[in-house]
Amino acid sequence: MLALYSNPKWLSVVRGAVEQLSKTLGFPEMQCRSITRAVDEALTNIVRHSYGNRPDQPVAMYFRRTQRQLEGEVQQGLEILLCDRGPQIDASKLHGRSLDEIRPGGLGLHLIREAMDTVEYTRRGAMNRLRLVKYLSPVGVARNTGEPCRTLGGQS
Amino acid sequence: MLHEIQESRVARLVVNLSQVGYIDSSGVASLVEGLKASRDIGSRFILFGLSTFAREVLQLSRLIKVFEIYDNEEQALAS
Repeated sequence: MLALYSNPKWLSVVRGAVEQLSKTLGFPEMQCRSITRAVDEALTNIVRHSYGNRPDQPVAMYFRRTQRQLEGEVQQGLEILLCDRGPQIDASKLHGRSLDEIRPGGLGLHLIREAMDTVEYTRRGAMNRLRLVKYLSPVGVARNTGEPCRTLGGQS
Repeated sequence: MLHEIQESRVARLVVNLSQVGYIDSSGVASLVEGLKASRDIGSRFILFGLSTFAREVLQLSRLIKVFEIYDNEEQALAS
């Protein structure tokens, strides 16, 4: 668990922690970077949109191993929960924009959805909860990357 | 940067990203603004020295072919 304030200075610290955690859990390098990017974008959204750039608001992040059954195989995964106490988010706005148009802005959600297998927003009491999950390909070659992968906590 | 693009009206603007280890969607948005401002005045907007993170984020944003990108300064200046 990581408890921090909504100060952008913590973004690089969180990126370092998430990238190292993903690596340690056996994700291929490209997926380590995409998971890191997703968490960074999600945290930036909390700082900017949930807390209006106020740097002293609480953010909690929980990390745990998870798994699912897919086509008869067990897939290990990493679940990341980001919690903040900002105002409720309009869930209908949590869809990334079309990339057909070349214009600045609106890319963060696209990067989050591109990186993660599950992106779920819920409101619980006074808390926004964003749940991100990435599963590790069970054996052989990781999808989309061509890089060898490992099971969580396993060897190459 | 946008102000300088509009004021200087140079034929091309070359941006060195070799010291930029990480770039998020806001950084990409700034580059898109620079590109648009350059196009508005008929100038080229050139990037070089992209990190793996930066190159990937442009690919994921489907912008990698929108920008003129070179590996290093020599190639960028010779273009």
